[in-house]
Amino acid sequence: MSNSVPIAPGLFTWPAQKPALLGSRCNECGIVSFPVAQSCMACSGQDVSVEELPGRGTLWTWTVQQFMPKSPYNSGETPETFKPYGVGYLELPGGVRVEGRLTENDPEKLHVGMEMEVIFDTWRTEPNGDEIVSFFFQPLA
Amino acid sequence: MDVAIIGIGIHPFGRTPARSGLQQGAYAARLALKDAGVEWRDIEFAFGGSASAGNADALGNELGLTGIPFINVANGCATGGSSLMTAYNAIRSGAYDIGLVAGFDKHDRGAFNADPEAMGLGRWYGELGLMMTTQFFAMKIQRYMHDYSISADTLARVAEKAFINGSLNPNAWRRTPVALEEIAGSMMVNNPLTKYMFCSPSEGGVALVLCRADKAKNYCAKPVYLKSAVLKSRRYGSFEVFAPSQALQQVDGPTVDASRAAFELAGVGPKDIHVAQLQDTESGAEVMHMAENGFCEHGEQERLIQSGATRIGGSMPINTDGGCLANGEPIGASGLRQVYENVLQLRGEAGAHQVPGNPRLGYTHVYGAPGISAVTILQR
Repeated sequence: MSNSVPIAPGLFTWPAQKPALLGSRCNECGIVSFPVAQSCMACSGQDVSVEELPGRGTLWTWTVQQFMPKSPYNSGETPETFKPYGVGYLELPGGVRVEGRLTENDPEKLHVGMEMEVIFDTWRTEPNGDEIVSFFFQPLA
Repeated sequence: MDVAIIGIGIHPFGRTPARSGLQQGAYAARLALKDAGVEWRDIEFAFGGSASAGNADALGNELGLTGIPFINVANGCATGGSSLMTAYNAIRSGAYDIGLVAGFDKHDRGAFNADPEAMGLGRWYGELGLMMTTQFFAMKIQRYMHDYSISADTLARVAEKAFINGSLNPNAWRRTPVALEEIAGSMMVNNPLTKYMFCSPSEGGVALVLCRADKAKNYCAKPVYLKSAVLKSRRYGSFEVFAPSQALQQVDGPTVDASRAAFELAGVGPKDIHVAQLQDTESGAEVMHMAENGFCEHGEQERLIQSGATRIGGSMPINTDGGCLANGEPIGASGLRQVYENVLQLRGEAGAHQVPGNPRLGYTHVYGAPGISAVTILQR
């Protein structure tokens, strides 16, 4: 059986029954940041707590990446198999706007303000069989 | 102590396989020295930078080793603006009478390739394909179009104007006008921006000779005075490039902050400016930077651009040398190119791209990753 490994430690809870993105909230000014930071970018405070971010939000802005980025892009794709992908900022109520890849890449189906959920899925498979897992934003059906 | 620009030099932008980036910088520096009527050995300090073409202080190997303090500057797209601001303050402080600022570069083809770890971000950010300046600009204008009803046609018109102005500028890279329909219909790169709406990394060099204002007339019949040179970085809450998250509450970005500070320092306002060079790494940036620099209200750009106000003969000429869109972006040289263009304009020496009416005040603005902005105001 293959190993399922998060793309980076500490970005989201994993493994978990109901995985969630992780942010840090400043205990002095209440500002949230993603990914978890050791200090607060807003007030310079160093007293922060890690918390799970909401799993749903609204799309604040978006684009579709139509060409394949150079390294360090690492999706396992080749220029021949590359598929354009959506990118956007999802506004998570009470939290922060998080940037991520969208599961939708059709510009006709994307618009500012649409509701989306955070999902976790295989991003690429390593030569040793490990499945690298990342987070994605998916339109609510 | 006020500061004057008494010499300017440029190496044509574009692709010059026969010359290294450093040699293009030296070419520009020699022209700037000649323009000021001084020798390299007269220069008391030099600040400069390049992102991909080596250390600027290697210009000493080309121009001669004279023992002066030469400081290498690396500040992304605001490298030139940072060198200039530092030189401005060095002369204002009284420490030096005359100095040189230089910027040059030579980039590979294709989009810039930023290193997430150098920006304090995790490698995952680049692996997922989020470390792209083009995406940021596309997402910023996407939201802006939603909020302020800017049309896709207006984005195409910005690029159309850039190539028209480039065709009038012998030092520009893109010197052929491109039809509006071709711009709008070209390959989509990052929605809503097409291929012709983005600038490309390129090559080129620019140098400026600066001196104490009270000595300017000893060198130059038409000195141009640097009324302000301001650099600002982002505050928490501004919407910036290379940000895995953004604040829920947005605040003004570094462009707004730098612009306000520069106008205050110069004692003039946006309505006093006769010609402006605003960072246009893509069409949407020029649109947004018009308002961020105080030249119009948010949303007014639609009417202004559609009516031709930003063309060379218009009421608010912007990017009269073709901007980044027609010149490409050699990072180290790009911000200084804007200043070079404004000096030409204020001297009345811009030839086919000269703004009519004898302009007296010029404005430049650059924006760079990860959220810095440099503004200058020049007066003849």
